[in-house]
Amino acid sequence: MSTLPLRARLFIAVVALVAAPLPVVAVVAGYSTFSMVDLVTLALLLVLSSSLTSRGSRDDASIALGSVAAMAALPLLGGWGTVVLACASAFVNDSPSLIKRVFNTSQVVVASAASAVVYFLLGGGGITGHSFPFLIWPFVAALAVRCLVNGLLVATVIHLAQGVSLRTVWHGTMARSVAGYVGYGLFGLLLAVLWAPAGADVGPAAAVLVLMPLFVARWAYEQYAEQQRAYDRTVRTLIAAVETKDLYTRGHSERVAVASVLIARCIGMREDRVASLRYAGMLHDVGKLGVPTRVLQKTGQLTEEEFAAIKLHPVRGLEMIREIEFLGEAFAGIMHHHERLDGLGYPMGLRGEEIPEFARAIAVADAFDSMTTTRSYRGARTAEDALVELQRCAGSQFDPVMVAALVSALEDHEWQSETRPVFEIAGHDSLEGAVPSHDSISAPDEGPVFDHDDPMSTARPTAMGTTS
Amino acid sequence: MTGQVAVIFAAMLLAFVAVVVTASPQGLVQPGIAFAFAGFIALGELARITLPGGRDAAPIATAGALAYALLITFDQVAVKHNALQVVAVVAFAMLVGVFPHVVAGRAPTIDSMARRLLAIGFAAAVFRGTGLDALVRGEDGYLRASVMAAIVAATLAVDAALAAAVRAGTDRAPFFAVLRNEARAQVGIGSAIGSTGALIALAASLMGTWALPLFVIPLLLTQFSFRRYAAIRATSLQTIRALSRVTELGGYTESGHSRRVSELAVAVGRELGMSDADLLDLEYAALMHDIGQLSLTEPIPGGATVVAAPADQRRIAGLGADVIRQTGVLDTVATIVERQAEPYRRAHHGNDLAVPLASRIIKAVNAYDDLVGESTEIDRRLDALERLRLGMAYEYDPRVVDSMAKAIERSARLS
Repeated sequence: MSTLPLRARLFIAVVALVAAPLPVVAVVAGYSTFSMVDLVTLALLLVLSSSLTSRGSRDDASIALGSVAAMAALPLLGGWGTVVLACASAFVNDSPSLIKRVFNTSQVVVASAASAVVYFLLGGGGITGHSFPFLIWPFVAALAVRCLVNGLLVATVIHLAQGVSLRTVWHGTMARSVAGYVGYGLFGLLLAVLWAPAGADVGPAAAVLVLMPLFVARWAYEQYAEQQRAYDRTVRTLIAAVETKDLYTRGHSERVAVASVLIARCIGMREDRVASLRYAGMLHDVGKLGVPTRVLQKTGQLTEEEFAAIKLHPVRGLEMIREIEFLGEAFAGIMHHHERLDGLGYPMGLRGEEIPEFARAIAVADAFDSMTTTRSYRGARTAEDALVELQRCAGSQFDPVMVAALVSALEDHEWQSETRPVFEIAGHDSLEGAVPSHDSISAPDEGPVFDHDDPMSTARPTAMGTTS
Repeated sequence: MTGQVAVIFAAMLLAFVAVVVTASPQGLVQPGIAFAFAGFIALGELARITLPGGRDAAPIATAGALAYALLITFDQVAVKHNALQVVAVVAFAMLVGVFPHVVAGRAPTIDSMARRLLAIGFAAAVFRGTGLDALVRGEDGYLRASVMAAIVAATLAVDAALAAAVRAGTDRAPFFAVLRNEARAQVGIGSAIGSTGALIALAASLMGTWALPLFVIPLLLTQFSFRRYAAIRATSLQTIRALSRVTELGGYTESGHSRRVSELAVAVGRELGMSDADLLDLEYAALMHDIGQLSLTEPIPGGATVVAAPADQRRIAGLGADVIRQTGVLDTVATIVERQAEPYRRAHHGNDLAVPLASRIIKAVNAYDDLVGESTEIDRRLDALERLRLGMAYEYDPRVVDSMAKAIERSARLS
């Protein structure tokens, strides 16, 4: 844990100190208010459902399953019981590191206590024949408070441990997990209704029925994440295979994708658009296949016809991939990546702001990579020279904002041109498969893991990559 | 086609009888409850999804309908509607829910609606028609839940069987192979729908109408997961389709070749009763079967591998498999592509059963398309088929060639 900064440790210590007395008080003050059988069953449910799902990739669904049991405790066990139950999350095997477990358990205890206070202040209680709809409001309020406290504590510790701004943490991961958290949390109320003797009186077996849709959702999510990874690797491989046609462009598409992503992150593009831009970068030259190889590799002056053939490649590329519906904005990026700000580019001669943002980013990334790699007519330039050249052409050919973004991004990331083996794809990259868990501290001590495949992004993990 | 027609006809007949009986002799029992569920089902119909593999589903509507069929008490009042009223209410709600789809110009997927209505009718008949509902009313929650779970499971089985009956006709595939595919597709989303239906029915006894909006949120999450899964599956397929055209754009193969090969190969695979997972691998492999040609310096004339020497064919197949294997996730597909050039049976070697069925299909379909191309002339098709039949004993799998001949005949009749 040597990498965890002092202020993060201090923060964890404070949270733990606040949390520690709560369960003790709860046991002493409230041991007669809840049924031991219900407590143990719910605790088993909480540990099992959280552990089962956190084995593989951790994401919003894994925390959600645990929150079902935790929220069901409010009506079933009462406030004291809920706080005692929260201690069970210490047994959730989600991290090997002690300090992270301490933090996770403490913050769950604090969040549970806060939610219990709100629940009972607003008039919540056990399930009776007249609970509905009156029980819903305190329950939803308690859920919101739990989510808020939990989110704030986790975001703060990520902020302190990794220097990522709170806003980035929120946009990168938390915004997405809130829906899951609240949705699954509501299942807690339903579990309580089905379970309670005054409700449907199904007893602990209700958990099977309640958890079924959740496990199915979880299963579908895993399929999705797996397919997403497979998809990513397939596209890369096929692009790499296409590039074998032209010796000089090996790895070019991949590097343009990486550079485009660097630019996009620097100008604060939304993550889903970054993902789309990445594919646009990857596919931007696919149309070159339609250009005869002898033209592509020609060393002398190009004839008018040959140049016309080259000018067509963005259009051919677009034609080819037009039916890939999800690319959306990426189409414009591919189509216009050779436009110039002054309107002298091709294929349409757009100028200035008319050129789509994606295209402006790709244009800079594309030019940068071709300058820093060996071409048939010249050797490779250094990254510094290339950046100087880009800055020279900013305003006429390139968007100065994009150029500045690349310059500042490359101050943090070391650029490696051409050294990247085309076919070696290590680990897996997921564009949105691995969403850090809301309920668990991220893993600063496991090294920056954002984009395993990306040699450039190891320096500073962003919120997307804060968990493994 | 007969399965589809029969299912739709049966559903319409049932709905008609149910509506007439519910409307005139008895009148709507407990209309408040009926309208609450009808509204819920209609909204669910609005939010239908396409599952991975192209199946149509309306999880929320189905869960709501199941809940209405299994309802015992609602807000602590005994529920008295009979099975026919369930069918009438569900049919009415489906029509209301499908209306916006039709207005928006989307096809109403009548067969899927008909199938769901029949399945709900089955659940309602078993539970309400036999007096089972009155029997479990006084019992404890655990027993009620068990009975409902059993009925839900049986309903899902009926639904899968009906879906298979429809699809066996439209896809020209053996019934039991389709049933296996449908049942497998049903396990995931079906159990989520079924348990949600039972949960709403159980919880509504206490929560009344509140059970509906509260239960819909988790099922929406399930639906959302499935939608994302289906989207990435579709994207993968679209991308492979698009990228499979690289060989055409590069002048290595004729235009539209890989697309035609994949379509015909999947039709043949269906007819031979392949599972959904195998069909997907087959489609990928068929789309990428010529990718090895990218490694050739000079394109083969016309891109027709059928005229290349067997050793060259095998080399191209091997190169393609190498590329695909680099993805690290498509090993099965790579193997299929690798073995596509191998003869069905070698002289003096007996049956070479190790060649995957998918490879045998691609080999035959590829040869056929190399010979016919874009042409739709009957003579040219027949010539090509004749030529494949001559090579049947050794080069091509006779079963594959037979299925292919049938598939081609069908598409010729359609065009």
